[in-house]
Amino acid sequence: MTATAPLIAPQMRILIIEDDRESADYLVKAFREVGYVADLAGDGEEGLAMAESGDYDVLVVDRMLPKRDGLSLIGALRDKGNRTPVLILSALGQVDDRIKGLRAGGDDYLPKPYSFAELLARVEVLSRRNVGPAEETTYRVGDLELDRLSHRVARGKDELTLQPREFRLLEYLMKHAGQVVTRTMLLENVWDYHFDPQTNVIDVHISRLRSKIDKGFERPLLHTIRGAGYMIRDGIR
Amino acid sequence: MTAFGKLIRTTAFRLTLVYLFLFALFAASLLAYFAWNTRRMITEQITTTVSSEVSEISEIYGRRGLRGLFYTIENRALRPGANLYLVTTQNGQAIAGNVGSLAPGVMGTDGWSETAYRRLDEQDNAYHRALVNVTQLSGGFRLLIGRDLEERRRLFGIVAKAAQWSILVVVVLGIGGGIFVARRVLQRIDAMTGTAQRIMAGDLSDRLPVGRSGDELDRLASNLNAMLERIEALMMGLKEVSDNIAHDLKTPLTRLRNRAEEALAKSGCEADYRAALERTIEESDGLIRTFNALLMIARAESGQARGNMDVFDAADVAEGIHELYEPLAEDDGMTLRLKTAPTPLYGNRELIGQALANLVENAIKYGKPPEPKPGEPKGAVVSLDARQILIEARGEGDQVLLSVTDRGPGIPQGERKHAMERFVRLDSSRSQPGSGLGLSLASAVATLHGGELRLGDAYPGLVATLVLPARAGASSTLAAQTPDVPQKVA
Repeated sequence: MTATAPLIAPQMRILIIEDDRESADYLVKAFREVGYVADLAGDGEEGLAMAESGDYDVLVVDRMLPKRDGLSLIGALRDKGNRTPVLILSALGQVDDRIKGLRAGGDDYLPKPYSFAELLARVEVLSRRNVGPAEETTYRVGDLELDRLSHRVARGKDELTLQPREFRLLEYLMKHAGQVVTRTMLLENVWDYHFDPQTNVIDVHISRLRSKIDKGFERPLLHTIRGAGYMIRDGIR
Repeated sequence: MTAFGKLIRTTAFRLTLVYLFLFALFAASLLAYFAWNTRRMITEQITTTVSSEVSEISEIYGRRGLRGLFYTIENRALRPGANLYLVTTQNGQAIAGNVGSLAPGVMGTDGWSETAYRRLDEQDNAYHRALVNVTQLSGGFRLLIGRDLEERRRLFGIVAKAAQWSILVVVVLGIGGGIFVARRVLQRIDAMTGTAQRIMAGDLSDRLPVGRSGDELDRLASNLNAMLERIEALMMGLKEVSDNIAHDLKTPLTRLRNRAEEALAKSGCEADYRAALERTIEESDGLIRTFNALLMIARAESGQARGNMDVFDAADVAEGIHELYEPLAEDDGMTLRLKTAPTPLYGNRELIGQALANLVENAIKYGKPPEPKPGEPKGAVVSLDARQILIEARGEGDQVLLSVTDRGPGIPQGERKHAMERFVRLDSSRSQPGSGLGLSLASAVATLHGGELRLGDAYPGLVATLVLPARAGASSTLAAQTPDVPQKVA
């Protein structure tokens, strides 16, 4: 995987299963604006039928739906061998609800109210998973190289020394190179915490990492995306 | 329903009636048995006496003839309280004795019979009853000897009277007692009902009356009171929370609204609108965070988050939090130090991590040493050590202690309990951003695990400690799952 990969997989197909008409319409519109195909199902049964017949890259499923609830819908899909990535939206934002959702076969969980930037970032990361496991041993972005086996990181000819956690942070960013990664995604995936800190802890970690990988180089790779999060990629914004 | 109607419907009264019936039945059968036995005894006595007299007189007749018989009968008949005697000839003519008249046919049948009679010497014409024996003597004479049954009748009368009175007394006492007991119970139940109604009407501070006897009603009342106590505490908590929510969520909501209004009123450029919208989103994110924290506290306090418990090392959590916050502290000019020993703990890792994170965030925010006063040489007060925050994880007996110590101004003794309440922000922290929920969440998490959050003095500074039982909510099966946990020998 390199930074020259297209930023957005062309024509990503998303199915939104949500019974609240207003937020569903908002989501459909917002996804279409960023260039995705977004379909809408208003209840659990319709959603299940559409998810089975349509070839979607990601399903966005509300937890509480009329006719068939979100978790049972996911269970039914998984029972039939459908492995389409599912992001669960729920007003129940608590830790045990999230675990229940993931156990039922969901791939990610986002409590309401959410920001569209957060949802978009998560959907993009999920859909990349659908393309195929990106389990290369070496990640490259521009002249930055990370070897997952030997834990070596180099930029150009310079060997960089990273703390173990900095390495994992960079690894996660590079695995999703070209995609926006939010602060909560980092806290969840790199630190395995699911609360939102009241302080800017993640930003501090990012700025440390940035000073190691970008400082003294002409072209920065680690970018801050305003109102959303961070992205690592080669190229000038 | 009338008062009396209520009374006779009580369980106590109905039970009394049942017992009353049983007692009356018992008394009646006892008396009947007594009466019947007495009657049999008297009859036996009479028959024995009369039989012996019959054989005696028969013998006298056999020995001394009619003359002796006549003489003996007349002699005996004149004694006071004498038995009944009558001798008749073959054709029924009375020749000796004290019997004036008899029921017809008695003299004609041999053996025992009961009959009405009248004595010769009696003035009145009243007939009495007697038990008599009639024997055939040689020479065609017939001999009747008997005894008056007046004694037996009197005795019977006494027993009947006793039966009447005793049943009357049993009934009166029973009904009286029943009413007394029923009224007593009814009064207490009525008092309870009245209190319950007042409580239902909204006066939660009222309590059921508890007597001193410690009987089942008292026990019921004190249990109900304990329940009311709990309900009242919960209601108070709820009220406090809603008051606080009203205040602390309305303030940012008002700010939010004001900003939107201001942006609308001013005809600004796109950049102005953009800035206003961005601030709006920021503000609403803050609101969402506050809301999430509140929900989390509520769930921890109600014990709903008891799922997802497992065994982990508290030192790992401390290390993770240290690692997460170390750069942030450093940026703030603080040093985050870590001191841990492997401490196995059974609990909700996520929640404990969050509680510890809150304590560390507080220490970074509020744990800075006081600024030196102008004029004082800098560095004299603020030593390097004073900018340290220590995260510690260790075991102590059955407890796991996760503590965060800073060298800041600390919290005065009197304010410590207050500081853990929801939305409370001590004056010293009011200027800093924050929701005022950090310590209450930490405290709720500790409570959920059966422990507590302790705030103490670090001389100078604050030491906040999560005191958790090593096996919070763990069962005996835990020992089997974690062979490396040192087992206490009971």
